[in-house]
Amino acid sequence: MIKIEIDGKLVETERGSTVMDAAHKAGVYIPHFCYHKKLSIAANCRMCLVEVEKVPKPLPACATPASDGMKVHTHSELAAKAQKGVMEFLLINHPLDCPICDQGGECQLQDIAVGYGGGVSRYTEEKRVVMSKSVGELISTNEMTRCIQCTRCVRFGQEIAGVMELGMANRSEHSEIMSFVNSTVDSELSGNMIDLCPVGALTSKPFRYTARSWELSRRKSVSPHDGLGAPLAIHIKNNKVARVVPVENEDINECWISDKDRFSYEGLNSAQRLTKPMLKQDGKWLEVEWATALEYVANGLHQISGSAGAEQIAALATPHSTLEELYLLQKLLRGMGSGNIDTRTRLSDFSADGKQAGAPWLGMPIAEINQCDRFLIVGSFLRKDHPLLAQRIRQAVKNGGEANLVHSSDDDLLMPVANKAIVVPSEILNVLAQVLKALAEEKQATLSADVQQAIGKVNVADSARAIAHSLADGKHAAVLLGNFAQQHPQASQISVICEQIAFLSNAKFGYLGEAANSVGAYLADAVPFAGDGHGMNAAEMLAKPRKAYLLLNVEPELDMHDAQQAMSAMRSADMVVALSAYKHHATEYADVLLPIAPFTETSGTFINTEGRAQSFKGAVKPLGEARPAWKVLRVLGNLMDVSGFDYDSSEAVRDEALDTAQMASKLNNHISGVPLQLNSAATVADLQRVSDVPIYYADAVVRRADSLQKTHDAASPCIILHGNELQKLGVQCGDLVTVKQGDASVSLAVAMDDRLPQGVARVAAGHQATSTLGAMFGTITVERA
Amino acid sequence: MLSEQIQQLVNRELKKYPADQKQSAVMSALRFVQDEKGWISTDDMADVADFLGMAKMAVYEVATFYHMYNLKPMGKTTLTICTNLSCTLCGAEDTVAYLKTKLGIGLGEVTADGKYGLREGECMGTCKDAPILAINNKKLCGRLTNEKIDQILAELDKS
Repeated sequence: MIKIEIDGKLVETERGSTVMDAAHKAGVYIPHFCYHKKLSIAANCRMCLVEVEKVPKPLPACATPASDGMKVHTHSELAAKAQKGVMEFLLINHPLDCPICDQGGECQLQDIAVGYGGGVSRYTEEKRVVMSKSVGELISTNEMTRCIQCTRCVRFGQEIAGVMELGMANRSEHSEIMSFVNSTVDSELSGNMIDLCPVGALTSKPFRYTARSWELSRRKSVSPHDGLGAPLAIHIKNNKVARVVPVENEDINECWISDKDRFSYEGLNSAQRLTKPMLKQDGKWLEVEWATALEYVANGLHQISGSAGAEQIAALATPHSTLEELYLLQKLLRGMGSGNIDTRTRLSDFSADGKQAGAPWLGMPIAEINQCDRFLIVGSFLRKDHPLLAQRIRQAVKNGGEANLVHSSDDDLLMPVANKAIVVPSEILNVLAQVLKALAEEKQATLSADVQQAIGKVNVADSARAIAHSLADGKHAAVLLGNFAQQHPQASQISVICEQIAFLSNAKFGYLGEAANSVGAYLADAVPFAGDGHGMNAAEMLAKPRKAYLLLNVEPELDMHDAQQAMSAMRSADMVVALSAYKHHATEYADVLLPIAPFTETSGTFINTEGRAQSFKGAVKPLGEARPAWKVLRVLGNLMDVSGFDYDSSEAVRDEALDTAQMASKLNNHISGVPLQLNSAATVADLQRVSDVPIYYADAVVRRADSLQKTHDAASPCIILHGNELQKLGVQCGDLVTVKQGDASVSLAVAMDDRLPQGVARVAAGHQATSTLGAMFGTITVERA
Repeated sequence: MLSEQIQQLVNRELKKYPADQKQSAVMSALRFVQDEKGWISTDDMADVADFLGMAKMAVYEVATFYHMYNLKPMGKTTLTICTNLSCTLCGAEDTVAYLKTKLGIGLGEVTADGKYGLREGECMGTCKDAPILAINNKKLCGRLTNEKIDQILAELDKS
């Protein structure tokens, strides 16, 4: 530690840190534009010039290393003159269009010009003009004349997003920020560039001209999308969500949010919102009063449970629902005498149910990812499923870590991947067995007899040995299971083997939670093996169709593992009650639609993948007659005469559902009693389906966010094959082919990706175009159309 | 795809740099492209980016930053006249004017037969020979007079 004096304040700072860091510690503000704590130092705006004693010229605080005994003056005559001069230069080419600029009122250039600039401009010559550009549907680059060339957006792309999509072309006065030949900015983190831009050059396209920053009221909330649970600030105008920006939390999102978190608010104001309860009578949908709708539901459920038994009633919910909603849903079901409740709608292997020691979670705090130096990522479309966790892994790899990947698809993770094994889905377990075997040999460890027996005969391939070596080499390793691994038909065995790998490499073992409340769903007991343990899981409920289904936020054709089976179960049911914020496909098969409030219109709690419970309040009033789902379920509980449904706040529900003191002990990834049974190396002639859930189709809100739906990531799904498979079929890229799975077939365009293993067909799930197909895994046939 | 010949040349350049610093060869790679094609298209930049494992935009930044890269076709022979201070003091403006009338084109333009392109350039570091022009960025001709320019063009016409 060294001591340095800033404006007379003595501060201790680390050796190697800068004057800017020290000033931050001392609580002294130095004006700046290009400096950002999370980005590399550019020192190109020169706004942070300060006076350092015994140095004849002012120095940029962001790029000057602090040294022992240094005396810095940020407000001295020299510093103030330098800052004023820089400000005058920066404003020379900056247009005076603040009255029509979206950044007005929250603009660093405005603020600093007032604080540190002169009152008048001496510049009378022509200002330069930069032509507007188009970089896609999310970021507006219409007024690039406003740019002050701080290059924060460029450095963000290079360093955080991992892909340099914007750059500074040309030289000196002609230099301007642009993308390569008008290409779009496709990063899933691109919206952060809007926050980073200190002026109004990069602004939010969906938000543009809808509000001024001083008209907005701000409410804290939590992202309902991926498992990270990023804290959000919801900005509201006229009881409507106007935009969403991040709230900083170093332990969760640092200062970023993904584009899904940022722009999906458009879905909240969608025209598809359901605003009145609806009943189907004689094949026609009627808008009815809440009381009528709820009585109808209660009567229907009473009748079915009376005549056919309560076990004929089943409930499915998405893990994007709040803890309170899930808790009340399971309480209602169990109160009626049915244990058929599940939130794991996209999973297919439930053989570990009841054998888990606790709720599957990340296995460590999110922030610890940055400290890890070895990763084994199993079955994950990492960047799209977990944009900000991927960002943390990217930083760890940049700091000398090694990432290893076992997966059925080789999408660019925008980070160096040390070793990878890209195999067909049915081979994943075998590859992991090879890694385990190689690791045991390397560590000279003895495995338990049954594991030894199961993996004894596998031949270790070089790639698996390399992965094992990489893991054994690290000090802080992490083995992480992605969504694909969790949805895999052998998910339980994959978990067991990964736990062994983690144990041998002294690694943290974790699940990357699919949704905002994947952990919360377990803790709310919204799983069939909780309670008395006699319930059907999501797959059984569909395989043995029930007479009544309660759907909470679920759109079966998009959210279920086997959309085909789900839809046939829905169609054959006597009664389907859809609790949804949207008027969706359920109009085809449901009997009642109950409008419920999305996350901005209700209070609730999400428990993110690291097991952090975050409660939030409603930011705006529910739209129309929509009501928070916990209230709807409470009334249903009362109508069904289930005891213990007398809550007067969602906090009361949460306190009953969640014992915060016990919470940490309920998070446990250990599985016992699942036997290992490796696949015999039977060659399958058919193609195996590999399904991702595209980032902007993953939940109900984002599916209806218009701007996100126009991005590259939301393009209608193709069937993607290895080049050799294309040749075998005799088709070209772009041709339409018939894709058959189960009883259904759809027509899709073909795309080629030679990074895919041969023998697989990648067909996205979660999209209307593929919603009639069957399970997310399994065989699929492709024929020329 | 970069041509076989360019790839070979770039691979030779790459040996000068650490294996994980392939982008160090970007300027040479762009130069090889220009030597072969006379100019660098954005497709070529994308090819260079792929070959060196760089972002396309990063190559674009380099190609647009340096003056000697031609970003549009500049004829078979590009004549670049220095118009910086020393050359201007020694009559570069007259040189430009003479070349403009002689070739019938303005700065940044190419003759109709595609033979000559005319460009304004930055200091080439041989101010003692001002005014200067460079032929295809490879050969410098100094102490230019109208007669000398005629002579240079006559020789170029022959080749």
